Amino acid sequence: MSNKEWPLWEVFIRGKQGLNHKHVGSLRAADAEMALENARDVYTRRSEGISIWVVESNNVFASDPSESQEFFEPADSKIYRHPTFYDVPDGISHM
Amino acid sequence: MKEVNITEMERKFQEKIDQDIKIEPKDWMPDDYRETLIRQISQHAHSEIVGMLPEGNWITRAPNLRRKAVLLAKVQDEAGHGLYLYSAAETLGADREETIDDLHSGKAKYSSIFNYPTLTWADMGAIGWLVDGAAIMNQVPICRCSYGPYARAMVRVCKEESFHQRQGFEIMMTLAKGTPEQKAMAQDALNRFWWPALMMFGPSDGESKHTAQSMKWKIKRSTNDELRQQFVDVTVPQAEMIGLTLPDADLKFNKATGHYEFGEINWAEFWEVVKGNGPCNKDRIDTRRKAKEEGLWVREAATAFAQKRAARKSA
Repeated sequence: MSNKEWPLWEVFIRGKQGLNHKHVGSLRAADAEMALENARDVYTRRSEGISIWVVESNNVFASDPSESQEFFEPADSKIYRHPTFYDVPDGISHM
Repeated sequence: MKEVNITEMERKFQEKIDQDIKIEPKDWMPDDYRETLIRQISQHAHSEIVGMLPEGNWITRAPNLRRKAVLLAKVQDEAGHGLYLYSAAETLGADREETIDDLHSGKAKYSSIFNYPTLTWADMGAIGWLVDGAAIMNQVPICRCSYGPYARAMVRVCKEESFHQRQGFEIMMTLAKGTPEQKAMAQDALNRFWWPALMMFGPSDGESKHTAQSMKWKIKRSTNDELRQQFVDVTVPQAEMIGLTLPDADLKFNKATGHYEFGEINWAEFWEVVKGNGPCNKDRIDTRRKAKEEGLWVREAATAFAQKRAARKSA
């Protein structure tokens, strides 16, 4: 680890019990424990969370926006996966 | 061939902007868009960080424990806002260390308002009410900025700023209702901060070299003069309500337009402060440099501790 710059961490926060963790931003810290404490001070000063994940940004493997059209094509072409694809006659309910 | 490609990509980029599709960090963007954002976001970050200094000056001398706790929380928020913004600049490829060094070398700018001194406790009121008020006016439209990370940071900042403005107004209101000396102190703070607060919106539209392109890219959503007018319109009645007088002999309400007309801003003073010749420019930068130098051992200790902890885990 260089003395100059600490690694970058992505911060995810669970707002309350029952919700998923959501990305809120990033910060720099020397290690994971300090990243957690910094995340608490920077992103939850007004009780915005009950649980925090920090992930070193280098470890996030992301899809490429310039290839997103091809990458997501398999879903785009299958409109029959949506209920609105089907005709339901008037008078049919609970469907 | 390459020229054509760039033109075509810029056209598609502008189409996205026109359709209000947000730009995210890994998306293609024109170099000028990236540079404009890095400049604006880092200036904004620096303003938050330097902005801690005029108020930090009064933490140890707050008149009571409640005021002290509130002022501490406000200054801590400003540090947080600086951090959100430095992170947003990093998503565009800005190097954090370099960004901060640019502030310390004088290469990067920050809001000129923080180069004015805070002489009395009433200045804490004037800053919260006027400076944070003007900052909110500036920042609310940036919540709709085309660059996702900047827009999201602004949403957080704006949520937090509203308490800043209220606590400032409360200080002014309390002083204005106090003894004649206290009221005079509030009036004096208003006299000193009113014009610099109006300058916070930047040069007039005709003089602002970045406005047209930034509006086209939706980095900026309102012009400097529009925001300044909005600020005057909401602030004048607030001053009247607490019995303070704005230091502008030309200020009057125009019934036909529904807006207040106000006097000429001293632009010569504005440009002097921007160039580094304001009352506190040197002091602010010296303080930031000193903070970085004297905090070096803390950063080194944190790094050493992280290495020790990592070694213990792998043992």
